[in-house]
Amino acid sequence: MTRYLAPLYLVIAFAFIYLPVVTLVLFSFQGSTLPVPPFDGPSLRWYREVLGDDDTTEALVNSLVVAIGSSAVAVTLGFLAAYGLARHVLPGSAFMRGLLIAPLTVSYLIVGLGLLIVITRTGAGLSLVTAGIGHVVINLPLAFAILYASMGAQQEQAERAARDLGANEFQVLMLVTAPMLAPAIAAAFFLSVTLSWDEFIIAFLLTRFDVTLPVEIWSMLRSGLSPRLNAIGSVVFLASVAAVLILELFVLRRRQ
Amino acid sequence: MTGTGAQTRGWGFVAPALIWTIAFFVVPFAVMGAMSFATLEGRTLVWGLHLDNYADMIGRAYLWRAILVSLEITLTVTVVSVVLAYPLAAIIAFRVPPRWQRLVLLLAILPFWTSYVVRSYAWLLVLAREGMVNDAMIAIGLIAEPVTLANTRFATVTGFVHFFVMLLTLTIYANLVQLSPNYRRAAMDLGASSFQTFRHVILPLTLPGIVTGAFLTFVLCIGDYVTPQILGGNTELTVPQVIMVQLGRRADFPLASALAIVLMAIVTLAYLASARFLRLDRI
Repeated sequence: MTRYLAPLYLVIAFAFIYLPVVTLVLFSFQGSTLPVPPFDGPSLRWYREVLGDDDTTEALVNSLVVAIGSSAVAVTLGFLAAYGLARHVLPGSAFMRGLLIAPLTVSYLIVGLGLLIVITRTGAGLSLVTAGIGHVVINLPLAFAILYASMGAQQEQAERAARDLGANEFQVLMLVTAPMLAPAIAAAFFLSVTLSWDEFIIAFLLTRFDVTLPVEIWSMLRSGLSPRLNAIGSVVFLASVAAVLILELFVLRRRQ
Repeated sequence: MTGTGAQTRGWGFVAPALIWTIAFFVVPFAVMGAMSFATLEGRTLVWGLHLDNYADMIGRAYLWRAILVSLEITLTVTVVSVVLAYPLAAIIAFRVPPRWQRLVLLLAILPFWTSYVVRSYAWLLVLAREGMVNDAMIAIGLIAEPVTLANTRFATVTGFVHFFVMLLTLTIYANLVQLSPNYRRAAMDLGASSFQTFRHVILPLTLPGIVTGAFLTFVLCIGDYVTPQILGGNTELTVPQVIMVQLGRRADFPLASALAIVLMAIVTLAYLASARFLRLDRI
């Protein structure tokens, strides 16, 4: 009896984990206008509609721009700070590390709320840029933590050798430290892109007319259940899975 | 690398990140704190040291109701998720052959690569009156008429548990595989039953991992707006939902700020309560 209990639990748990995503993808192929049983597809009608919709594709592009732009800024600032704190003896460095990590301890809603108050008080407008600023705030601590942890003694020796050979600080940074830390920089960048791409509440509070994809999906939700939403969700899901698989294969191949 | 020249250079590297964090995190946070002590007279904002917003949380029923609802939902989600995730993590760690474990974990994470808003929407589909769950229950004769599952607290809790079971399975699994099998063997050799081994050896050793995961669940769950807003319906509101209502129709920034401060205070209390066991470096 107990022999079968563990496999049974595993199967039930995975059924629970997969239930929503399978339902989502299945009914994205629904023929009629309601994504509920009975299934009357398969039809590509909703995919055609979504891919031909300008608002959706525009939101998708906006999301990509915000994700890549904010991640590039977060990783650059995080890298410079990690280098400065790991390689220079500075007074109050423990405090500075704490300060740089601090945004991690606060929920996204509060980060967004604080920025929204300041932006509306100063009269600056809301746009994709303000959403991007918010995303840098939440991703900078992660990028800094990842890069600071990966600055080891090994790189330090190579940096010293480069300096002895006459390289200036900028050359050391760009030609020695950055290439040696490339895997960590890539990891920080992709993590940052993933989090920004999917972030809702900050983007919702800090954008107005041009919005990111999660905010666009949110506004479509107001009109209720629709296979269009299933189609968008499925596209995002399949794209993310493909990206992860490519990354996984890429990383695995490099390790061998 | 000492001396003032090197130090100045060091500051140069740290300064951009520090300035960014101060300008876009510390300052807004401080303004929000000050805002929580401001008050609205009509539509005009009056700064000062007013305690109206905090007094309202005790005085106005819908505000303390929201705090209670948030706490009830978060505690339910945390307990249910731990109870469901622990056996799953244990089965993956001890029953699944080691070379398959990585794949099983990857499969467990895979569905969470959908967008976060879409995931809540997908649960709405599953739990709708005409949805899969009602359909299946009618088909096997469990119920005659569809029951209301969506737009209830049950739906909110289900949506949350779905995500946090995955998260907790990962943290607990990471703890379980670190345990040396010798502990289990020693307990068994000394005559402990498998339940006794679990109760007196495995469970205490994995307690820090459980508390860390539970704390993370608590923090992420109590601050979330999307899941209760999509799945919970409008019969009861959580604190993040009330904050968004204040920002939207009423533009009552002072009250929204005060609620945000209360939310942070609750998280700080949860941190202090679990600090003894927390290993945040293990996440």
